[in-house]
Amino acid sequence: MRLERRETVPLALVAGAPLAAVFAALALAAGLILAAGVNPLTAYGEMLRGALGSRLSVTEMLTRATPLILTGLAAAVAFRARLWNIGGEGQFFIGALVTAWIGHSLNLPGPIGVAVLMVCGMVAGALLLAGPAFLRLRFGVDEVVTTLLLNFIVILFVGLMIEGPLRDPLAFGWPQSVPVDGDYRLPDLIARTRLHIGLLFAIAAAGIVWLVLSRTVFGVETRAAGLNARAAAFAGISLPRTIMGVALLSGALAGLAGSVEVMGVTGGVTTTMSPGFGYAGIVVAMLAALHPAGVVAAAIFVATVFVGADAMSRATGVPSFIADVIVALSLLTMLVALLFTTYRIRR
Amino acid sequence: MTEALELLLNTSLWAAVLRIATPLIFGVLGALLCERAGVLNLGIEGIMTMGAMVGWLTVYLGGDLWMGLAVAATAGAVMGLLHATLTVPLGLSQHVSGLGITLFASALAYYLYRLIVTVGETPPTITPFQPLDIPGLSDIPGIGPVLFGQTAPTYLALLAVGVMAYVLTRTPLGLAIRMTGENPHAVEAQGLNPIRIRIGAVMAGSALMGLGGAFLTTAAFNSFFPEMVQGRGWICIALVVFASWRPGKALIGALLFAFFDAYQLRLQTVVEGVPYQLFLMAPYVLSIVALVLVARRAEVPEALMTPYRRGER
Repeated sequence: MRLERRETVPLALVAGAPLAAVFAALALAAGLILAAGVNPLTAYGEMLRGALGSRLSVTEMLTRATPLILTGLAAAVAFRARLWNIGGEGQFFIGALVTAWIGHSLNLPGPIGVAVLMVCGMVAGALLLAGPAFLRLRFGVDEVVTTLLLNFIVILFVGLMIEGPLRDPLAFGWPQSVPVDGDYRLPDLIARTRLHIGLLFAIAAAGIVWLVLSRTVFGVETRAAGLNARAAAFAGISLPRTIMGVALLSGALAGLAGSVEVMGVTGGVTTTMSPGFGYAGIVVAMLAALHPAGVVAAAIFVATVFVGADAMSRATGVPSFIADVIVALSLLTMLVALLFTTYRIRR
Repeated sequence: MTEALELLLNTSLWAAVLRIATPLIFGVLGALLCERAGVLNLGIEGIMTMGAMVGWLTVYLGGDLWMGLAVAATAGAVMGLLHATLTVPLGLSQHVSGLGITLFASALAYYLYRLIVTVGETPPTITPFQPLDIPGLSDIPGIGPVLFGQTAPTYLALLAVGVMAYVLTRTPLGLAIRMTGENPHAVEAQGLNPIRIRIGAVMAGSALMGLGGAFLTTAAFNSFFPEMVQGRGWICIALVVFASWRPGKALIGALLFAFFDAYQLRLQTVVEGVPYQLFLMAPYVLSIVALVLVARRAEVPEALMTPYRRGER
């Protein structure tokens, strides 16, 4: 038995792979739900109801999907060029921190201020990934470990800032940063819910990333760098420039996620504001097969599992950690599914 | 300033160094073994979490401490088999698979823990490994309590360094493992099966990672709690590079790192006016600095991260 590369990839296979992967992950997790003494179908039913059953739950789910779309895009862009950015979490936090910091004392009209703050968040995220990208290009240091260690460093730094210079004196000792000025809070998309216009920014970002990757020279160079670095260099593509460009774009997207989350949901920064958006972004990107349009759909799936799991846990007593298990299993099953879209098995 | 230096004379500091180094020694040896055979194993953080949980659980459910270690090693090997299956015969991205294993193994560990211990309950405890206090030797002032007052798994970790160094450099098996990481085609030409060697090395390495995690719950602490591995796995990945894939240097790296970790903890108590987060950041910053310093002259196994397919070059 051996694997043989497919000449052409049928479209049905490309579309079917993520669905098959998700289905397989749910089937595997069903065993664990059974171990908790609960009927998996009941549990999944509660999960769907918890995430999609009412107007409020749908808006909650979409609120959760918003940062996931952006961190998912960040991972997808980087992974396409084989830049292993595992630092989405740190870039998210630095974007959030800078936004709260500047947004507290900025004196600009609302929409312009929002734009300025988003740019600040993006610059912060981009710079944070530029460091590891530089270390890889200049010294050959593997970016996996450096970006990962930076996550720990940044979260400690956020803790330092919100207990020190950025402490909110009105938060009654709660470790929380000063809030962004009210003028820069993103307006609600639907009244009396937490869903804010950041969702539209995230979807727009997916569109822009898609355009950049599929319609520009930079996009072509990114793909080439990811497929075969040596051939790309031979074809005259400057690998360092491409990798650095990818790093700046990827870091900016994750930083934007933090910025938008602060202006849209939390108002200020806390060290607990992210339930692992950066790490979940990696799964989102993989489920989307690194495609920007797929990222939106995959983010909605992951958000559904996370939001639905809390409700399911309350209703059935199955620990809500099952959400993380399902998401992680989806990543592994999607890896295998992707294999079958590019290879076929020959005896 | 003198206070900061006086800390260095305290034997409890040096005893803590060996204790803090133990999970790192297991982890770095495990990662080193996988990488020497050509497979990067980024699942380590999750595998350590899994080892910590099942090691604790085994003892909590009535098993003895050694059985806890054995179960943790087995759970590690199973996770290693999963990673090896995806990356060796299937040739999938070692980076992405490893991350998937980390996410999966930690989520599974937390989930299973929550099935047994409900939220809000104080974490149930077990009776952990006690310091051995070897009679006579542990009474020697200074080095006695440091070297001879440790728990059994610490001695096991030190023993593992010797065994690993011996096996890798002095045995035919070790030669085969190292060659598989350098040039699997040459291994194939010798009539050996590089795929099997890789799977075996990843399983054995992951078992060591499981032991590293289990040390946390069965010797360092007496309970399990989420986030308890705290990035130690990632530090191990950095330490492998620092050690340029040599077990002896891995031991030195783990001890150095543990020294800084133990020292910063004690410095916090004597240095005032510096936010404690800066001290906590130090070990991570140090890992990055160490990586940069050694990266250029690192002797990376040639075939690391290159999937091996028979007949393909």
